[in-house]
Amino acid sequence: MKNQLGRNRKNLLHKKFRWSEFLAEKLITLTAFISFVFIVLIFIFVFREAAPIFSSEEKKVSLIQAGEVQETYGDVEENNSPITSNQTSALETSGSEGDASLSNLTGTEWQPVSEVPKYGLLPLILGSLKVTLIAIFLAAPIAILAALFTAMFAPRWAKELLKPAIEILAGFPSVVIGFFALIVLATFVQNLFGFEYRLNAFVGGLAMSLAVIPIVFTISEDALTAVPKHLSEASLALGATKWQTALFVVLPAATPGIFAAILLGIGRAFGETMIVLMATGNAAIFSTQIVEPVRTMSATIGAEMAEVVFGETHYNVLFLIGALLFLFTFTLNAIAEIFIRQRLMKKFSGN
Amino acid sequence: MKQIILFTITAILAFGFMESNEIITVKGSDTMVILAQRWAEEYMRKHPETTIQITGGGSGTGISALINGTTDICNSSRPMKQSEKEKLKQRYNTLGVEIKTAKDGLAVYVHESNPVKELSLEQIKNIYTGKITNWKQLGGNDAKIILYSRENNSGTYVYFKDNVLDGDDFAPNAQNMPGTAAVVNAIAKDKNGIGYGGAAYAKGIKFLKIKKDANSIAYEPTTENVKSGDYPISRYLYLYTRSRPTGALKEFIDWILSIEGQAIVTKVGYFPVR
Repeated sequence: MKNQLGRNRKNLLHKKFRWSEFLAEKLITLTAFISFVFIVLIFIFVFREAAPIFSSEEKKVSLIQAGEVQETYGDVEENNSPITSNQTSALETSGSEGDASLSNLTGTEWQPVSEVPKYGLLPLILGSLKVTLIAIFLAAPIAILAALFTAMFAPRWAKELLKPAIEILAGFPSVVIGFFALIVLATFVQNLFGFEYRLNAFVGGLAMSLAVIPIVFTISEDALTAVPKHLSEASLALGATKWQTALFVVLPAATPGIFAAILLGIGRAFGETMIVLMATGNAAIFSTQIVEPVRTMSATIGAEMAEVVFGETHYNVLFLIGALLFLFTFTLNAIAEIFIRQRLMKKFSGN
Repeated sequence: MKQIILFTITAILAFGFMESNEIITVKGSDTMVILAQRWAEEYMRKHPETTIQITGGGSGTGISALINGTTDICNSSRPMKQSEKEKLKQRYNTLGVEIKTAKDGLAVYVHESNPVKELSLEQIKNIYTGKITNWKQLGGNDAKIILYSRENNSGTYVYFKDNVLDGDDFAPNAQNMPGTAAVVNAIAKDKNGIGYGGAAYAKGIKFLKIKKDANSIAYEPTTENVKSGDYPISRYLYLYTRSRPTGALKEFIDWILSIEGQAIVTKVGYFPVR
């Protein structure tokens, strides 16, 4: 009798092995591992497709024999109009795909479909930077102040309304924002400021800030609320006003988190494609003017990837742009992560 | 539960029967999307056993799809490039089959209120290569010329570059729009804009009359002028297949080239080849 009781007790203390739990645990581990593998594979794929640019160019041998002509069907007699597309195009006679030497890649002209294709990446990089900077300069102050208001001043009901509302904006389809910018915002901005170009970097940046604000807001708000209550309570107890507490105690304490929020916002703006594709005019101009049309790296991939012949130099260069984008956002996210993890945690643990 | 099973069985059976249908996929030129759509609608009405799927994306996209084997027919508003024929040869050991189906006048458009009425080919070239930058130089208002162009996967882009710009590069500040409709929209909203595209597309903006050189007569892109070859910027619209069409594909293409198919060409606003 006593023995049995003891055994029961033992069973209670020792966890019983359950298949369902075991499987669920393994499944979750597997999923996490697979997503990691996918990221690595995508990384490898992007770089592998971009790699042929750097390898030595081999001479291409034409498979088409002399005198071999393309078949036609449903014979249509030629109409001798002054110019029709029957004349051999300049592209066809030269048949060059262009080289992607370093000097060509660092040029200031992006003319991938040309007699001598020019793959200058500088106007695209500059374009991406311009739009991103405009977007973040417009979005960051608004988002951070809004976060400060929501975290410190807003009454409970307003906070409960504001936060989800702005977070829903983060899930807003970027196509819709882009279309809105293309049709409404561009005309409005042009009438307001009288810009020469209707679609320009500023309009693109403005539209982009709509997509960036929610991200910066949410993360900043989280950082501000995460500041330990005893800091603000101490400040208030010493006679500081609510405003002084918010601005000089809570905001500085949350700086690393806010900085991370801005970095993630920049990452979003840099990689965003649809908005810039629709609202920036897409002209690869190498200039620092913010009211001229621009072409960003992501928009270039979005617009041209569908068209290139697989394996051509143009195709490889587009993947190179993709690899650059990848590296850029990867670096930004890594920095943001380090800031949140290391700095913020250190600060609050009191070291 | 019973109902679900019954439904599933019916669905599977229905799919099984649909398999026996011929499905033809057509992909390519945005200029030709409307035309191809009309062809498909009319043809499918007459031949219910054939299903035709049309998608746009640009001539380059269509030819890439033909090379990659994801489409049966490719619409193209420009002839195939040498490099593209190479790829076909490499994969399928054919050079593809070219079918001329219609003729198109490429219109140059400006905003309705623009006082400029006609331009020569030379002037258009200079505008698009960035040598002429102000409307005043052409007898218009004192305002900067805002250039609208197409994305470089467009057959219209390549045709314009080869034949109007003589292969020169577009000025870098030419804005690339994702389709002819986008160009038309942009110009309708931009008093100083200039753009180019298929004549069939243009609604609500002004066509410029084009002259071959400074001393010749300027012509509008009308049916007679394009057909007679007086209008200087015209091109063929092509279909491409990988090999000589057979079966349902051949029937469809023969029908396009028949009187019925060519009547639709005229209805959509292009010019028949037969």
